[in-house]
Amino acid sequence: MSSQNIIEVQGLVKWYPVKAGVFQKVVGYVKAVDDVSFNIKRGETLGLVGESGCGKTTTARCMLRLIEPTKGRILFNGRDIMKFNREELRKIRPRMQVIFQDPYSSLNPRLTVKEIIGEALAFHGIARGKELEERVKELLEMVGLAPHHMRRFPHEFSGGQRQRIGITRALATNPDLVVCDEPVSALDVSIQSQILNLLEDLQARLGVSYLFIAHGLNVVKHVSHRVGVMYLGKLVEITESDEIYKNPLHPYTQALISAIPVPDPKVRRQKILLEGDVPSPFNPPEGCRFWTRCRYAMDVCRREEPGLIECAPGHMVACHLYGR
Amino acid sequence: MDKTFHSKSASLWGDAWRRLKKNRPAVAGLVVIIVLIIVAVMAPVISPADPIKTDLPNRLKPPGAPSAICKNGVYILGSDEFGRDILSRVIYGTRISLSVGIISQAIVTVIGVTMGALAGYYGGMMDMLVMRTADILFAFPELLFYIGVMFALGPSIYNIFIALALIGWAGVARLVRSQVLYLREMEYVEAARAQGFSDARIILRHILPNCMGPIIVSVTMGIPGAILSEATLSFLGLGVQPPTPSWGNMIYAARGYMLTNPWYSVWPGVAIMITVFSFNLLGDGLRDALDPRLKR
Repeated sequence: MSSQNIIEVQGLVKWYPVKAGVFQKVVGYVKAVDDVSFNIKRGETLGLVGESGCGKTTTARCMLRLIEPTKGRILFNGRDIMKFNREELRKIRPRMQVIFQDPYSSLNPRLTVKEIIGEALAFHGIARGKELEERVKELLEMVGLAPHHMRRFPHEFSGGQRQRIGITRALATNPDLVVCDEPVSALDVSIQSQILNLLEDLQARLGVSYLFIAHGLNVVKHVSHRVGVMYLGKLVEITESDEIYKNPLHPYTQALISAIPVPDPKVRRQKILLEGDVPSPFNPPEGCRFWTRCRYAMDVCRREEPGLIECAPGHMVACHLYGR
Repeated sequence: MDKTFHSKSASLWGDAWRRLKKNRPAVAGLVVIIVLIIVAVMAPVISPADPIKTDLPNRLKPPGAPSAICKNGVYILGSDEFGRDILSRVIYGTRISLSVGIISQAIVTVIGVTMGALAGYYGGMMDMLVMRTADILFAFPELLFYIGVMFALGPSIYNIFIALALIGWAGVARLVRSQVLYLREMEYVEAARAQGFSDARIILRHILPNCMGPIIVSVTMGIPGAILSEATLSFLGLGVQPPTPSWGNMIYAARGYMLTNPWYSVWPGVAIMITVFSFNLLGDGLRDALDPRLKR
């Protein structure tokens, strides 16, 4: 079972200490990610959704140890990378890559496309000289850019093209896992679908796994095999992509689903409007973190935090409404 | 069509150069600086006399007076209290001023960039240590600090470099640190970390090249300051020692003859003014040219 998983995240925690006063005493913690567990299979895409500030990006960064997690186990190809030292981590980095949200700040303006894509190949001794150039050309063609583009600088490209360069950079070292951190949020709608299709094509061709982060379910629906929903640093529901649309269990997921616009003016659907704001992760509500905005909130929700339980095969949810 | 696109593919430096060329005052400053550099390098060839050769009967002659020691037979800018040719002394003074300006800024920049980059990139204790040291240096009255250092080390041109570098790096470090703090959060730096590059590579290849603009401006703007400091120290007798000519010690020597021979003090003063002004014009122009926000 575990050999099937490219990565297993167990009990991932990231608390940021909040310091105050002259002596910088720790007065509390911002619980950005609080006990999150999931796994991603080979060649699979796990979508991760949730509103701004719910800890999706922190989860992904911690998973790659770009941010040091407070606690947790991360098994990448069966090895616990939390135990890795800097050198070991550096060696494994080419196998897990990131595609960033902003195609404008994600490319170094002083480097040519060839340098941007080829740097990791040269640094890790994967290819050099003529071989490197061939590899860069091949990669550029694979993402729909021309080989002669490699001599240009990032500012000569459009947003969509830049995102393709970012994708190429991530795929250059043949990674097993790529974190796509809202890769289409900054693009035009017409370009969005092109990039999403490209990502799907590349997955079919290379067998790479994706952790796909987005703040809306409509984008994730396109590309994900499974979807996880986060709220205030917690994973509240995780299941197959189809299942989450047909049968959302968690009240928060239901609200998210009802917020997807339907491109048909005749369809009247009842929207679930969430009231109030997301509570501060510095001082999250006792019990279930969602109860302050939940329309089914019960007494038990205020007292006890629900665990993630499997209430249908492959369908995990953390809510007191189920499993009792 | 493809061809025109390629010619446009000039790097950011090419872009900056094009913008600098349109800025007339900056170009004028640059031209004057180039002329000054040529004058400094060619000093022995172009100066009419040996700058330390005295001719006591011809002391304090006005400009245009006949001269025995000048190749052309005339003191073009007059003679000083030992009958030395002022023009030759001003020309040789260029060497001192430019070398103090450029070399001291080179030292300041190397130290400042290194310190600033380490403080900004690593943060924590490193940052604390470097920036508090810089704060302490900022708190010193600059001139008093220079005077103290020169007293301690003794007057010489090399000790001027040391005095200027000791305090000057703090400003550059502060500038570079703030740039690094900003650039470190850029996604391409995170991408570089995600690709497993070493810290040295990330700093040298992904961060520092992107703050070259402000560094170049700070160097250019720092040179006139260093030139003025050298002139001040030499004026106070703590810098370049006579008979070696420096603009500062010339003004010092001339101050006793202000009423009888005002020209004497004017020439080195004008030389300082032109040099400082040119560097400032160029610095201003570079700042505008290298600022990406002003890109049209």
